[in-house]
Amino acid sequence: MANTEQLQAISSQIRRDILRMVHAVKSGHPGGSLGCADFFTAMYFQVMKHNPSFNMDATEEDVFFLSNGHISPVFYSALARSGYFEVSELNTFRKINSRLQGHPATAEHLPGVRIASGSLGQGISVAAGAALAKKLNGDKHLVYALMGDGEIQEGQNWEAFMFAAHQKIDNLIVTIDFNGQQIDGSTQKVMGIGADIEDKMKAFGWLVLHMDGHNFESILTTMAEAKNVCGNGKPVFIMMKTEMGYPVDFMMGSHKWHGVSPNDAELENALGQLTETLGDY
Amino acid sequence: MKTFEIQNTKDTRSGFGEGLHELGKQNERVVALCADLIGSLKMDAFIKDYPNRFFQMGIAEANMISVAAGLTIGGHIPFTGTFANFSTGRVYDQIRQSVAYSNKNVKICASHAGLTLGEDGATHQILEDIGLMKMLPNMVVINPCDFNQTKAATIAIADYEGPVYLRFGRPTVPNFTPVDQNFEIGKAIMLNEGADVSIFATGHLVWKAIEAGHILAEKGINAEIINIHTIKPLDATAILASVAKTGCAVTAEEHQMNGGLGDSICQLFAINNPTPLEMVAVNDSFGESGTPDQLMEKYGLTANAIVEKAMKVIARKN
Repeated sequence: MANTEQLQAISSQIRRDILRMVHAVKSGHPGGSLGCADFFTAMYFQVMKHNPSFNMDATEEDVFFLSNGHISPVFYSALARSGYFEVSELNTFRKINSRLQGHPATAEHLPGVRIASGSLGQGISVAAGAALAKKLNGDKHLVYALMGDGEIQEGQNWEAFMFAAHQKIDNLIVTIDFNGQQIDGSTQKVMGIGADIEDKMKAFGWLVLHMDGHNFESILTTMAEAKNVCGNGKPVFIMMKTEMGYPVDFMMGSHKWHGVSPNDAELENALGQLTETLGDY
Repeated sequence: MKTFEIQNTKDTRSGFGEGLHELGKQNERVVALCADLIGSLKMDAFIKDYPNRFFQMGIAEANMISVAAGLTIGGHIPFTGTFANFSTGRVYDQIRQSVAYSNKNVKICASHAGLTLGEDGATHQILEDIGLMKMLPNMVVINPCDFNQTKAATIAIADYEGPVYLRFGRPTVPNFTPVDQNFEIGKAIMLNEGADVSIFATGHLVWKAIEAGHILAEKGINAEIINIHTIKPLDATAILASVAKTGCAVTAEEHQMNGGLGDSICQLFAINNPTPLEMVAVNDSFGESGTPDQLMEKYGLTANAIVEKAMKVIARKN
C-alpha cells in the first residue's frame, strides 16, 4: 500500500515520462496525459487489484479500459512503471516497429492493453461487455474505464450508458476526465456537453460520484466509495475534475496542449517543474 | 450435369437459428446478442434454452459490436445478430477498431443480405457488405448457400479463433447440400466437374448456378460449378486449378460487382493467371422495393444471366 507522498512521487515521474516521450517524436497528446497522471498512478499503484504478468482474459483481477486512447503516453508510462514491461521501452513510443503505437493497440501484443482505442466513443461499450463477461464467469472483480469529456459527444456512449443501466451492470466504474477542453477549444464552446451532466447520468440510471483528479486523498476516497456502491444494481460514474497540462504552468488553462509536442526549451522548462523520482527511462 | 435433390425449401437465416441453438448446447462459451430483431434472426430457440447467455441490445448496433468485443475478454464467443446492413455499414468503425484491429473472437451474423430482402427496399438491401468486410485485415467472410450449409457454417465458426462475418438471407431457397455436413472455412466445394467454363458462385446464387449448369448442358456445354462459401480467405488453389482446366470463368453473387466475390477472383487471375471472366452481380446500383424474384430478375441475378455470361466468356476464350 502506497501513501499519498509515494503516489505523488510516482506521478511526478510519470509526468516526466509523458513529456519526454512526446518530445522525442514531436507528436502525441501531452495535455490530457498530464492531467490524468494522478488518476493513473492511483489506479495502477493503489486502487486496482491487477496482475502485471498480464493475461488477456483478466481472470480474477480488476481490468481497466482507456476509451480516450490519445492519452496513450500516461497509459504506457503507468503500465511500464507498474511492471507490465521494461521502462526502457517507453523510448520506442510512436516509432516504427514499436509496441507503443500512437494510440493503444493489441496487434503488437503490448502487455496491459486489451483493446484498441483511439476512435472515440467505443470504450464504455467494451468495458460493459467485459463487465458482463465477469458476471457470467462469477468473477467478483471490477471493470474500470476512463473517457474524455469531449468524447461524451460521441453518440455510442449514450447507447452504452442506457445498456449498462438496463442490464444492471453494477461491477463497472467509469471515470470521465472533466478538463473542459477539446481540440477546437473548450467543450462548452465546441459542443456544450452541459453543466447538468450529473443529472443526465442519473436520469440514465447511473450512480454519480465526484472527485478532484489532482488530489490523491480525493481520488482514493472516491474510488473506495465507488467500490462500496458496486453490486447495488447500478453502474457507477465518477466525474473527475482535472486541468489539462497540470501542473506545468505554461501548459494549463487552455486546449493548446491537447496534441502538441513541447520544443526543446519548453521541455526543459516543464521538466524543471517535475521532480525526477524514479529515474528517467 | 449432376443433379441435386432438393430436400425442402428453407431460409438460410433459419439455418443460422438452428446452428446457434445447437451451439448453445455444445459450447457454453457461446453467447448471443441481438439488436431488436430476434424473430428475424431466428434466435428464439437459443434464447428459450439459454436465457442467461443472451443479451437484448435494443436498437443500438454500435454498442452491440463493442460490447461483443468486450465479452471476448473473459473467454466468451459472442454471436451478434441483426440485418446485414446494420451489421456492417452502420457499425464499420466499431468493427474495424474493436473487433478486426483488436482481433477479437466476435462472430458478426448478418441476415437479410442483398436484394432478396425484398419489399423493404434499398435502405435495407445492402449489396456492399462483402466488400466492406473483406477489406478488413483479420476478418473471415462467409456466405453459405442454403439452410444446411448455413447451419453447418454457424457451428463451425465457433471453433475458429478470430473475427468472422457470416452472411445469410431472408427468402426460402432450395435446400440441397448434405444434412449435418462438415463445414470447412476457406475450402471451396466442387459441385459439378466440367471442362468448358468455371462458374464460381456464392450464397443464393449457388442454386442458380446449378440451374444454369443444366441449361448449359442442354446446349452441349459442360460447366464446372464451384460453391465459394468463403470469400475470405479465398480458396485460390481450387479456383486456379479449375480455370487451368476450363480456361474461363463466370462469377455469381448477390452483391455489387465492386468489392464482391468476382472482384476477389479478378485480382487472383490478374496476378496469377490472366483468364477471361464475366460477372453476374449488381452493377453499381442500389436496389428497390419488389418481391425477391422480381428484383433478382430486374437486376440480372438469374440462371439465364449466368448462362448468357457463360456463353459470352466461352466466346472470348476462343
